[in-house]
Amino acid sequence: MLDLSALTPVDLHYQVGKLLSDYVECIDDDRLEEWPDLFVEDCLYQVIARENADRGLPTSAMYCDSRGMLRDRVVALRHANIYAKHYYRHVLSNVNVKGVQDGEVLVQSNYVVLQTLVEGDTKVFNAGKYLDRIVATPDGLRFKRKVVVFDTYRIPNLLVTPL
Amino acid sequence: MNAIREPALGHLRWPTAGGSRVPYGVFTDPAIYELEQQRLFRGDAWSFVALEAEIPASGDYKSTFVGDSPVVVSRAEDGSIHAYVNRCAHRGAAICRELRGNVQNHTCVYHQWAYDLKGNLIGVPFRRGLNGQGGMPADFDMKKHGLQKLRVESYGGLVFATFSESVEPLPDYLGPMPCKAIDRIMNRPITVLGDQRQYVAGNWKLYAENTRDPYHASLLHLFHCTFGLYRSSQKGVSVMDAKRRHSMLTAMRGTDEGMVDGYQDTRTYNTDFTLADPSVLAGRPEFDDGVTLVILAVFPNLVVQQIANTLAVRQIIPRGVDKFELVWTQFGYVDDDAQMQAIRNKQGNLIGPAGLISMEDGEAVEIVHRSIIRDQDQTSYIAMGGEQAKDAEHLVTEGSIIGFWEYYREAMGWAA
Ligand code: FES
Ligand SMILES: [Fe+2]
Repeated sequence: MLDLSALTPVDLHYQVGKLLSDYVECIDDDRLEEWPDLFVEDCLYQVIARENADRGLPTSAMYCDSRGMLRDRVVALRHANIYAKHYYRHVLSNVNVKGVQDGEVLVQSNYVVLQTLVEGDTKVFNAGKYLDRIVATPDGLRFKRKVVVFDTYRIPNLLVTPL
Repeated sequence: MNAIREPALGHLRWPTAGGSRVPYGVFTDPAIYELEQQRLFRGDAWSFVALEAEIPASGDYKSTFVGDSPVVVSRAEDGSIHAYVNRCAHRGAAICRELRGNVQNHTCVYHQWAYDLKGNLIGVPFRRGLNGQGGMPADFDMKKHGLQKLRVESYGGLVFATFSESVEPLPDYLGPMPCKAIDRIMNRPITVLGDQRQYVAGNWKLYAENTRDPYHASLLHLFHCTFGLYRSSQKGVSVMDAKRRHSMLTAMRGTDEGMVDGYQDTRTYNTDFTLADPSVLAGRPEFDDGVTLVILAVFPNLVVQQIANTLAVRQIIPRGVDKFELVWTQFGYVDDDAQMQAIRNKQGNLIGPAGLISMEDGEAVEIVHRSIIRDQDQTSYIAMGGEQAKDAEHLVTEGSIIGFWEYYREAMGWAA
């Protein structure tokens, strides 16, 4: 298992960048079944509008406090929910590894999600930031906590695929 | 935009006298949209604009809309609530440029005309000019240049506003059924938990239909049905006010066990879809009557909901003939304990634009809107439950939708 405190800042940045890239790829390449595996069992995944986060209010678009709930989101999206077929393309930037605290790596980054519907044109669907807490596990780095604060608080039609 | 013109309603044909056949043109014709703004949103109707709990203190304000007119709702020093058009009386700039906040007075950034919390003009820079030059005319009267005010009333902590001088007082407008439903949910002080905003590419009336439609809810929303949050086989009602403009549907969870045979032919129930973590469904009984789902649709722009332990108001803001915004304001009670707060937070996954049981409604509106842009005289067919605007003691009906359309025709001045 990775010893976080033994890593140089450059190595740590590389490892974090790899996890973030894997995260984005499994969503954008529609391997959503693998997406929950990037979290620890006892995780938090929260998608919250900036207007609520700034006011300290809890209302979230998604609030999942276990890996099971993440799996349920994927199963619901595959088998229950009705929505238009679409693709996401994440553009990730400004990955800022802020440090290690109590065995958790604190990371903030920016994202833009472009959405392409079957009509074929691509639009900016959502932009915001990731506030991540990442831990080392025998399987590699995993998200302990991922809070997605989205600036684009008006959601076009619906949000089904995780951000 | 052209100046407001009187559209000819006659060019669209309603093939029957009632509301069971709706010409698609009412959803797509810009002239109809203009007329709705005049006769419904600026006509004899009360529009929902805020929860009192959103503006608890003196100086608190919220910017919102009545129809597509921008409006500010504000609380004055004496605790009274006011609403005025968000447009400076000088040259028309927006006086309020944030979603919400707290101010002593509203000062327009353009030339700094200042208004008090009730919308009265209280200050004009250079009013008497500078060094004897310039300034406003001698007969300039501040009292005549306030913001355009709306009538405001609240009921059960829900604030409504209207441009109309003639619409009846709010409790009469709502009527006994909606008042009772509001009393039930707004039974003690609430606390706002946050907002969600959903932008739907369809006509606002498609959503008015959707929220008066108990028939679709178990068929479209598979998540709903699978876990028994709502099934058409449950005990429930579909009822309207005397004028059939407002409607409510209710359901009681756990009243149809062993009765789900009716679903055998649908995609809805035959599924082996289970949850890895069912905690999202864990809740607490909150109301003595056993009702676990309430969708109260108040004409023209409000939905009050209780779905399991989620409580919310949804404000419908038309943004043109083919777009509307849906603002979900979720709330709980001030006296909620920590467990109840956690329940509401987690059940929040069920509702809003990412809601496991509600995301499909936006989709339903969009797939209708996209398909009806041509053939304006062709109509929908609304007949489930007997093709009549009737209340029902069951959920297999479209009666409230028909009632909505009959009232709509009347309010628009669209005779049979
Ligand atoms: S437009 Fe508001 S002060 Fe001039
Ligand atoms: Fe629905």
